[in-house]
Amino acid sequence: MTGAKMTIKKINKDTFKRFVDTLVKEHKVFGPCAKGDRFEFEQLDSADQLRLDYDVTLRPPNRTYFLPPVETILTYEVGGEYKSVFDDTEFILMGIHPYDMAALNQMDRLFSQDNSDTHYMRRRQNATIVACDVVTPSRDVFAASMGTATVKTGFDALLTDIGDSYLMESGSEKGDKLLAKAKDAVDATARDLEQRKKIWVENEKRLNKHKLNCDYSYLPTLLERAYNHPVWEEKARTCFSCGSCNQVCPTCYCFNMQDDVNWGFISGKRTRCWDGCLLDGFTKVAGEHEFRKKREDRFRHRIYRKGKYVPEKIGSQIPACVGCGRCVHACLPDIANPINVYNRLIEDLGIK
Amino acid sequence: MCERCAVEKDIYLPRLATLEKKRLMNPTEMYLRLAIDDGEPFDYIPGQFVEVSIAGIGEAPITISSSPTQKGYFELVVRRIGNVTNAIHRLRDGDKIGIRGPYGKGTYPAEQAKGRNIVFVCGGIGLVPQRSFINYILDNRADYGELTVLLGTKCMSQRFFNSELDAWSGREDMHFMETIDQADDCWLGNVGVVTTLIPKIETELTSALVFVCGPPVMYKFVLLALDEANVPRENIFLNLERKMKCGVGKCGHCQINNLYACIDGPVFRYSDLGVAPEAI
Repeated sequence: MTGAKMTIKKINKDTFKRFVDTLVKEHKVFGPCAKGDRFEFEQLDSADQLRLDYDVTLRPPNRTYFLPPVETILTYEVGGEYKSVFDDTEFILMGIHPYDMAALNQMDRLFSQDNSDTHYMRRRQNATIVACDVVTPSRDVFAASMGTATVKTGFDALLTDIGDSYLMESGSEKGDKLLAKAKDAVDATARDLEQRKKIWVENEKRLNKHKLNCDYSYLPTLLERAYNHPVWEEKARTCFSCGSCNQVCPTCYCFNMQDDVNWGFISGKRTRCWDGCLLDGFTKVAGEHEFRKKREDRFRHRIYRKGKYVPEKIGSQIPACVGCGRCVHACLPDIANPINVYNRLIEDLGIK
Repeated sequence: MCERCAVEKDIYLPRLATLEKKRLMNPTEMYLRLAIDDGEPFDYIPGQFVEVSIAGIGEAPITISSSPTQKGYFELVVRRIGNVTNAIHRLRDGDKIGIRGPYGKGTYPAEQAKGRNIVFVCGGIGLVPQRSFINYILDNRADYGELTVLLGTKCMSQRFFNSELDAWSGREDMHFMETIDQADDCWLGNVGVVTTLIPKIETELTSALVFVCGPPVMYKFVLLALDEANVPRENIFLNLERKMKCGVGKCGHCQINNLYACIDGPVFRYSDLGVAPEAI
């Protein structure tokens, strides 16, 4: 947020389209596009593809663009030097929803604290993030229960659809520069801001398809009392250990590292790829010992990471479940919904 | 570190090291003596580990077995058990390998242990990481109290560091006790698992610091025996092994509840593990 002038502009939708078309010509721009009857972030060729009225994307953009499913970390010659590989492409990520923005803010902390992860940080520095308030709530979104129906920090610019126009707030110097390119934008009026506030209040109610029966700040305390509760075994009984909940989660960031050798067996690369703590073998060491062998242990670990371990690690007020609802949709046996687990615990253990 | 340096530095980039010497110590354990190539200092504390990188195969976390009192090189002992460790066994003298680290903030409390009586409980290959601190103590013998080392080995053929162990049993300034679980007729010493040695410790156990390292199954039984001997949990340190990929607190594999074996460990004070039921 350094140096930001905190300007808020209004751009009518036709002008916005021209603005995006200009951006697409000059920069690499990624935004939500229709993919079948769902949505996914893609590189934009024109503003026509951009669907800021999307409900939720298949994959979380904060992971896809900053911790890609597979990325090359370094290259080597067998028996020789290792060389770091960095991705320094500048790009604009347009239309990321508040819950995904909140997840990105958490990832920024996780990858910069202790040992700064250069591969992540360089991508992050080269990106301009345009967040966007939700227009169409998805089937399973519960962001309001997790404090992420709206977002106030982290973005370079924030868009809000107010009917015939977008309000665009700058949150950083990068955002100021971006706003300066929107030539026909006018200053937002007090009435516009009032309307935006109304949308925010409205979204706090609309983005709550599964309601958490306690304040999210109580989750770490709740989990502290629930370690040996039967719910872990009951839910995990039908778990396929498929890792779908991990793959679609915007706050899952566990990864694996693997080596690939080229055909000549002389040079090769080391890649990093997504991993999932629900997968059997995630904790298996050479010699076949597996530390979280039981499905219920892995199921519990995921819920604890979201509700307790990660928020405590980064000192976050909001949980490391941001309420996007993707896991609810992705889970075949329908056990992944964290709200069902939390509410069941509240029912059994009460709030103390 | 300035922001620019932090951006330039790559936590996943190994430094090159040269394999100076290797020796097969028993059918599965390989001793390796390594020296870092770049001439930059390689300072470590007993208990810290390195990520050993074999280009084309991958990386494996291995705890340093030598004491930092030995300068100019460091030692690893690697059991042949997975892809990377088998590749390590195939290396030849003079080969280059990648090293990241040393890693781990949870190390042996070299300062805090000064003046205290110390007991090491080692199960098989668990001797390897403990050896770093044992040799550190022997190199600074006057700083520490009574030193007891217990070693339990599964069978005769898995016994290793034979000449070093012989030297330890001959020393006046330490107690070394050894047992073999599946002993043959040639073995004249103790027979049984390592816990059978605990009642034979002569040092006053309730005030001693006890360091435990061995296969995952061993901890529960050793901790029961130490509990019977009234060793307070604050005085027990466990050296824990987990699957690791990054070694720097990111990849999530080594998590023990909220703790990371790579950055919070690998040596943990037992009383700090009350919050981590997955530890044992």
